[in-house]
Amino acid sequence: MTNGESQNKLSKQAQAKANDASVNKTVKKLMLIVFGMFGFGFAMVPLYDVFCDITGLNGKTSNVAASYNAVGIDTERTITVQFLTRTAKGIPWQFEPMVNEVKVHPGERKVVKFYAKNESVNAIIGQAVPSVSPGRAAVYFQKIECFCFNNQPLQASEDVEMGLQFYVDLDLPEDVSTITLSYTLYDITSSVES
Amino acid sequence: MTTNVINDQSEHDSHDGEHHDHKMTGLKRWLYTTNHKDIGSMYLWFSFIMFLTGGVMALVIRAELFQPGLQIIEPDFFNQMTTVHGLIMVFGAIMPAFTGLANWMLPMMVGAPDMALPRLNNWSFWILPFAFAILLSSFFMESGAPNFGWTFYAPLSTTYSNGSTAFFVFAVHIMGISSIMGAINIVVTIMNMRAPGMTYMKMPLFVWTFFITAYLLIAVMPVLAGTVTMVLTDTYFGTSFFDAAGGGDPVMFQHIFWFFGHPEVYIMILPAFGIVSTTIPAFSRKPLFGYSSMVYATASIAFLSFIVWAHHMFTTGMPLFGELFFMYCTMLIAVPTGVKVFNWAATMWRGSISFETPMLFSIAFVILFTIGGFSGLMLAMTPVDFQYHDTYFVVAHFHYVLVTGALFSIFAGAYYWLPKWTGYMYNDTLSKWHFWCSLVSVNLLFFPMHFLGLAGMPRRIPDYALQFADFNKWVSIGGFAFGISQLIFLVLVIKCIKGGEKAPAKPWDGAEGLEWTVPSPAPYHTFETPPKID
Repeated sequence: MTNGESQNKLSKQAQAKANDASVNKTVKKLMLIVFGMFGFGFAMVPLYDVFCDITGLNGKTSNVAASYNAVGIDTERTITVQFLTRTAKGIPWQFEPMVNEVKVHPGERKVVKFYAKNESVNAIIGQAVPSVSPGRAAVYFQKIECFCFNNQPLQASEDVEMGLQFYVDLDLPEDVSTITLSYTLYDITSSVES
Repeated sequence: MTTNVINDQSEHDSHDGEHHDHKMTGLKRWLYTTNHKDIGSMYLWFSFIMFLTGGVMALVIRAELFQPGLQIIEPDFFNQMTTVHGLIMVFGAIMPAFTGLANWMLPMMVGAPDMALPRLNNWSFWILPFAFAILLSSFFMESGAPNFGWTFYAPLSTTYSNGSTAFFVFAVHIMGISSIMGAINIVVTIMNMRAPGMTYMKMPLFVWTFFITAYLLIAVMPVLAGTVTMVLTDTYFGTSFFDAAGGGDPVMFQHIFWFFGHPEVYIMILPAFGIVSTTIPAFSRKPLFGYSSMVYATASIAFLSFIVWAHHMFTTGMPLFGELFFMYCTMLIAVPTGVKVFNWAATMWRGSISFETPMLFSIAFVILFTIGGFSGLMLAMTPVDFQYHDTYFVVAHFHYVLVTGALFSIFAGAYYWLPKWTGYMYNDTLSKWHFWCSLVSVNLLFFPMHFLGLAGMPRRIPDYALQFADFNKWVSIGGFAFGISQLIFLVLVIKCIKGGEKAPAKPWDGAEGLEWTVPSPAPYHTFETPPKID
């Protein structure tokens, strides 16, 4: 092997080594992106909730009881609050609002009742999930007490009247005059038991 | 020190020798191969087999829809057909075909001896057949195959799953791992293996589009993996990511899914842009018009793809601001896409054009993809989307961009490089038959779907109202004709591998690029010494 050839080979080898190192570096960086994005997919779950909480998008209401701290009652405005109920597939309960709608002034406290009856022969645990329409009214609809904060177990054929105490914020946008509160009732027996 | 070097060298030598040690024979050659050309061929064959498999499912759908009423299959099986057809065509046909082209052409185009990570390359191909075996095996299970749509919206894939969710999830996980590894390989190859002197802005546009696509894949395939994992745990392990009863939200599924899903559609079209940006200049005998604007347009499309996902969800009750934001962002995509279409037209302008089959497919691509782009613009408008949502108009739109778009570009690329791959020219008459039969039948197949959708025919339903009968009959005839036309391509490729007119190193006089400097068929090892680029 002549000197020139071996030199050439050496430099080639050095080049290959340098190349390997930069390949490894790039791969590591890209793997970081991969793991980061996998994490980001899951981070979207809490981010989504936070985003909806802040903006009230999606009609999500708070799952925490509000304390009543309205500074007064705005008797100039009257808001119609309508109640809807529906049962998810597979829960054999009767579930209805006892009044279909009430008129309230912003800042005024109101109590309404909902009726639920387990019409099956088994004990079932139900969970009501609220949703407000229009979505942007959701952050102004304050629940002081709600049966939806907890699950509701009912024995076979047992029935119950469930209370909701709420008020509407004084800052409710001017153009909203009707708020619809809809509850969907789910059977969560299996997940509570496990 | 000296001895060390010598030792190193001899090791290196023997390693080199092993590397050159000739191809193994039989099955082992294909199982163990780390050669980018072998792996590229396997990807291309695999994607063609998947294309035919998914195609048969499409024909089952079209057979059922030939007449109103239920004749051939049960609605549940119809749902399985639409679901698996979508999954196979997206993850099994289009994406592996592009990966195959990338494997074959990228190293040759940048003057590299192979992909940067050859063993990873072997693995990313060989896990794919297992993914699709898992997916397709669900047809033989009691529960049947996935029937919740390829978009697997919760709660269809969770609460109402027919029991196939686990098969689906693991299959998608493996496909995702394969895509991520393939994408990492592409990025690493382009960043580290370019021949000396090939700066980024000297790379062929084909290389650029794959570079950007690979980044999209690396960014969003992990999000898809996360989504299917959440679906898996919701279905089998009692979590409530998408279950309102447990505090989750089914609408959130759509946000996370489409955060993956929209970049995904650009993953399937950007490489197509790269292919026709190679073929159109070659057959117009002019350099590509506006090379750098093409690069920037591709990059901006890739960026915009991340901020338009909710245009798939206009009817979920988004606030007005959200609808406006996603509508305007979506329409903005028409700008870089328009730049591309005009650049292709300007490349052809006053060119010395000849109409070989790759060029025919490329021109058809430009025109028909643009039709798909325009129907996309129509769908981007929130108010009209409320009418078009979930109708056959959507089906027409995405088949125009994916079949006459992505698939036609793959055909263009396949015809363009077949002489380089096999060493023989393909049969020109057969290729013309393939093109014209495909062109006529594909339009008969998809164009009337626009009218059906505007008239209100919903997608993914095995039956329809009587007034849609005539159009559906024509669509089904077009579907079967298009399906049969693809067999011409199969015959042509097999003939071309077996023999034919010998192909010179550069069979197209207007072609540019390093791949034409090596003989045809391309030797097993190319560019072991990097070429010099001025």
